[in-house]
Amino acid sequence: MSSIESFSKLDQIIPTGKKSTRDGFGAGLLEIGTQNDQVVALCADLIGSLKMQPFIDKYPERFFQVGIAEANMMGIAAGLATTGKIPYTGTFANFSTGRVYDQIRQSIAYSHKNVKICASHAGLSLGEDGATHQILEDLGMMKMLPGMTVINPCDYNQTKAATIAIAEHYGPVYLRFGRPGWPVFIPEGTKFEIGKALHLAEGSDVSIFATGHLVWNAVEAAKELAKQGISCEVINIHTIKPLDDEAILDSVRKTKCVVSCEEHQRHGGLGDSIAQLLARKMPAPMEYVAVNDSFGESGSPVDLLNKYGLGVQDVVQAVQAVLKRK
Amino acid sequence: MADIQQLNKIASQVRRDIVRQVSFATCGHPGGSLGCADYLTALYFEIMEHDKGFNMKGKGEDMFFLSNGHISPLFYSVLARSGYFPVEELATFRKLNSRLQGHPATHEGLPGVRVASGSLGQGLSVACGVALSKRLEKDDKTVYVLTGDGELQEGQVWEAIMFAAHHKLDNIITAVDWNGQQIDGPTKKIMALGDLNAKWTSFGWEVLEIDGNNMEDIIKTVNQAKSTRGNGKPKVILMKTVMGFGVDYMMHTHAWHGKAPNAEQTETALAQLEETMGDYPYSV
Repeated sequence: MSSIESFSKLDQIIPTGKKSTRDGFGAGLLEIGTQNDQVVALCADLIGSLKMQPFIDKYPERFFQVGIAEANMMGIAAGLATTGKIPYTGTFANFSTGRVYDQIRQSIAYSHKNVKICASHAGLSLGEDGATHQILEDLGMMKMLPGMTVINPCDYNQTKAATIAIAEHYGPVYLRFGRPGWPVFIPEGTKFEIGKALHLAEGSDVSIFATGHLVWNAVEAAKELAKQGISCEVINIHTIKPLDDEAILDSVRKTKCVVSCEEHQRHGGLGDSIAQLLARKMPAPMEYVAVNDSFGESGSPVDLLNKYGLGVQDVVQAVQAVLKRK
Repeated sequence: MADIQQLNKIASQVRRDIVRQVSFATCGHPGGSLGCADYLTALYFEIMEHDKGFNMKGKGEDMFFLSNGHISPLFYSVLARSGYFPVEELATFRKLNSRLQGHPATHEGLPGVRVASGSLGQGLSVACGVALSKRLEKDDKTVYVLTGDGELQEGQVWEAIMFAAHHKLDNIITAVDWNGQQIDGPTKKIMALGDLNAKWTSFGWEVLEIDGNNMEDIIKTVNQAKSTRGNGKPKVILMKTVMGFGVDYMMHTHAWHGKAPNAEQTETALAQLEETMGDYPYSV
């Protein structure tokens, strides 16, 4: 096991407070709207939930309310993109993906339209609304679409930065974020580069690759494991597609084992993308922290994450399990 | 004034192209393609201001969106005959490595196509987005859409109909290919559309009805629809057409919705359609 000194960087990861990632989206949308007058926004009757009001107040002529008609919204976005606009669509993740999969597939992905599909309230941490709204399959659906970029930022600052960054990338993007207040720990101003993993902590015993809200759980687990003398490398994979193959392989070459963490089904999520890469290039023992073929239910975000195996202790146990397989 | 006789001649060649594409590919959708040949000929050769040099964004141009993508042989013929790509390329329809996919796509970079269609019900939504953008950019050109009548069974179309009226998109002219036929049979039997005029009217659209196989009627009615720009209402032209129009044995039946004629049937069909602009060679 490594010396305790190697964990110093991990200790520097301290939250500055709690804010939701959807608030990060709202702030990012306002900023990119100011920077780029080609940015337009659409919403399917969820302005408040998506935090889009500041953009609407400042740029009312560049906002389009579509009502409760998500399929139509995707088509309209494709039309706006055809003429050179950069449309950001806003609704819940469930209605941004499964409900409109065919519209995204044909009018956006296959037609290579520059549409930014911005999806809030993803995963179990939506909470009390229950399983009808807690989509856990969206990353899989979206990453299967050829040419689709898939991003799941981990906190307010990263979501804001991602919202701004995706306007500079030509092509369809799925940007996924969530509802609850969540620790803000990525320093403001940290550069967001699509497809480039963010190293949060150097380590030598195990590589933890995490996305979305679970990045924080991975950090907390790594801190706890450090006390047990286990050195975790914590890498934030905010871009699920294109995957940062190099960062993953470089880390696994060193640690020889992997834990993936995501607020998503085990089938089809980040873990599967990593497993596919490792199977081809560098087979290594791996454990998943993900939902195991199940729908969610009503409850508080943290209670739900714990019940469905996505809590801090689940990450700790996954690391302990994978180390035994090394 | 439009030269109706000349437009009818172009439509005749377009119909030959449709029959020959589908015959050579041994598959495709001749029925609806033949039925809408007059309307698309009128749009591309008389009504629309468009640039065959093709700019995806279509700024300052009238723009057309084919929602019922299965009538691609018609779309391809009209695009080729109006100069978007060489007519010889029509021989590649539905073949491997072709830009002329079974249903229209942008993926292979075919000039003239701005969005993929085929999965029904999506074209009017896309057109709404384009219409919003034109309004934002103070571009006074028109956005045209063609949908099937069976396609109106898709719920998304009604979302878009509601949206266009709510946002007063009077720069959209939609045409419905009202041939009363769909794959499984007459629309009346499969899923009755009811009073289409009353439905569109009650959604806030201005409704016009025409004989979609009468060139004079088409030109007059589209110009009439254009002249009411500024009244805050999107326009729909309910276009009575005959599926398979121009080929006697394909008319008044859904049998030729998605079936190719054999060699003998092709000859019979072509004998009924005057060659006016020169056939393209049958070679890939």
